Amino acid sequence: MPNMTPKKTPMPEQAPDVRNKNFEEVALGYTDEMAMEEAQRCLNCKHKPCVNGCPVGVPIPEFISHVAKGEMEEAYQTIKTMNSLPAICGRVCPQETQCEHNCVRGIKGEPVGIGRLERYVADWHMKHGEEKVEKVPSNGHKVAVIGAGPAGLTCAGDLSAKGYQVTIFEALHTAGGVLMYGIPQFRLPKEIVQKEISGLEERGVEIMTDMVMGKVLSVDELFEMGYEAVFIGTGAGLPNFMNIPGESLVGTYSANEFLTRVNLMKAYKPEYDTPIIRPKNVAVVGGGNVAMDAARTAKRLGAENVYIVYRRAEEQMPARNEEIHHAKEEGIIFRLLCNPVAIHGDDDGKVRAIECIEMELGEPDASGRRRPVPKEGSNFELPVDCVIMAIGNSPNPLIRSTTEGLEANQKGCIIVDEATMATTREGVYAAGDAVSGAATVILAMGGGKEAAASIDKYIQNKAK
Amino acid sequence: MFTIVEKRRLNDSMTLMAVDAPFIAKKAQAGQFIILRVNEYGERIPLTIADYDREKGTVTIIYQKVGKTTLLLDTLEVGDALLDFIGPLGKASELEGHKKVAVVGGGAGCAIAYPQAKALHNMGVQVDVIAGFRNKDLIILEDEMREVSDHLYLMTDDGSNGHKGFVTAALEENIKNGAGYDFVVAIGPLPMMRAVCNLTKEHNIETMISMNPIMIDGTGMCGGCRLTVGGETKFACVDGPDFNGHEVDFDEAMKRLRTYSEQEKEATREFNCRLMEGAEHA
Repeated sequence: MPNMTPKKTPMPEQAPDVRNKNFEEVALGYTDEMAMEEAQRCLNCKHKPCVNGCPVGVPIPEFISHVAKGEMEEAYQTIKTMNSLPAICGRVCPQETQCEHNCVRGIKGEPVGIGRLERYVADWHMKHGEEKVEKVPSNGHKVAVIGAGPAGLTCAGDLSAKGYQVTIFEALHTAGGVLMYGIPQFRLPKEIVQKEISGLEERGVEIMTDMVMGKVLSVDELFEMGYEAVFIGTGAGLPNFMNIPGESLVGTYSANEFLTRVNLMKAYKPEYDTPIIRPKNVAVVGGGNVAMDAARTAKRLGAENVYIVYRRAEEQMPARNEEIHHAKEEGIIFRLLCNPVAIHGDDDGKVRAIECIEMELGEPDASGRRRPVPKEGSNFELPVDCVIMAIGNSPNPLIRSTTEGLEANQKGCIIVDEATMATTREGVYAAGDAVSGAATVILAMGGGKEAAASIDKYIQNKAK
Repeated sequence: MFTIVEKRRLNDSMTLMAVDAPFIAKKAQAGQFIILRVNEYGERIPLTIADYDREKGTVTIIYQKVGKTTLLLDTLEVGDALLDFIGPLGKASELEGHKKVAVVGGGAGCAIAYPQAKALHNMGVQVDVIAGFRNKDLIILEDEMREVSDHLYLMTDDGSNGHKGFVTAALEENIKNGAGYDFVVAIGPLPMMRAVCNLTKEHNIETMISMNPIMIDGTGMCGGCRLTVGGETKFACVDGPDFNGHEVDFDEAMKRLRTYSEQEKEATREFNCRLMEGAEHA
């Protein structure tokens, strides 16, 4: 008999007042009992709507029925057939708009905790599972992957499983992309990312860090070196600023810089050399997951007042509900329907306050969200010593500006055939944020997966 | 890992290192830089490519011991390795189209001015190098600079080498004596570059400077190195590091460079203490 409880089995978490002072993971994960109990809520539907909601097509009811029976290793192997980074996806996917959004149990109550179960299974495997590393015999073909973020790692994993000799070229000193520099430790422990990546290396994927492609090697040179296809997964890492007065004051960060210092360079730990400002009062501008991450990070660095300044209302916030909820629990103050117009500094050039104007919602705009309109004369100052801009990123132009025949749209996103991920240049494929602009980890992985399948077809056809 | 193949002390505070980095050596051009990280706990710091040898596959950097990371770097010897060495970053200097150029270097900035002078000299341009140091013990690359210049003006603040004065004094004198410079390259501390730019603006001579803001990734993903140039925001790591000196907001750049000065001082103090303790235990 399935477990017909309308609510998800709750997942233990660190208490808000404790966790907002440390960088340890907030959600603690299911115990074996909790996982089996939650797994029994799955009705094992024949038509599997949940799978349709998963960009990489994880066989969800199959893995969950293994969990219900306590067959954890089998559950893990089932997930791994489609998803090479389950410990990561279980933590950072927006399940509420994907697999869990389609879950039949969600009609009358809460959907099955698919993400929580995926995470549990992956963590169980890391603790108990024995890694049988089976290197697939080489098929003699070489593929280059540019960028070691979720898209590149997935594409590389899938290709190496088919016998391709894959080299990933990464510009930073550590592979992982946004998983390492962007998403904070308290949402995604870096040890877990490292383990998933070393798993790929054990299967034969070669990762070359410190390689800024477009500068140190061009796409043309990769072909000259004998790579038969190139995958571009360079993401959207170019931070946007608002172009308001005062954005160059000391204490104004892009969210990318703030999070890179803390996550990648570990500026929050005294034994690491990279410094970070430890502000008292912080305004984070934006309403996405990156804004929530930056705000919650600032709180953990010891800030007293952390404000989210967002120009629309809470309903329009692009951040996951869970992140907004967590941020509020941790004491982040939301200043909604407010838009910054200037940042003011003191004589030393340090941030003193952010000046905002109140907004009201008008007619829906091109994005379908109601357009915020400023209220004349409603300007006010919020006294802060740090401003973090989290208003989105664009694709970095380095690869497309150094590769002939590679076309991009007005926003700088690489143009691809949506079915095959083929770019306008033969043998070159692209996916993830480099193509879509800033989106989610799992969509990047889905794109990487499709590109791997297309690259396989392309090389096999050419070899005939 | 990137092995150090040469280490040479240029004076008490400055050291030259050649590092085995064949991929970078193959692509490096004058004006570009690298980012390095000494060890796992280390920060990423930018240093200009002072020279490169495409055949040997080496890249030369020159650093001044100014804080913890450069002091730590200086504890490494030939045969040791740097954990990370990334480049070539930034745009190559655009030096074409000039007849007579003054290359002005200030202190450690001469390590960056020298490859510029060399590149210009190799293009057949007439080059005067005006190099300034606080005193004669701090002079570096004298022979190298002499070799790539038509005239070398070696100035010291205290006159300890016989030529007293700032670089701007020598530059102004040359301009007034009709040197006929159509381009000036100035590299050194921000106040020195600003002083040169004020002077050349008066005389309407196009001036290129090399900016040295705080950087982390060096690839354009964070904007930590942003500057205001001609009223627009630029990222020095991808749009520079060279800029038209008459358009740079120096005041803002100076303030931004001091962002972490307290933390830097503290880190350096702690590092020196530990070095002393180590020496006592040894």
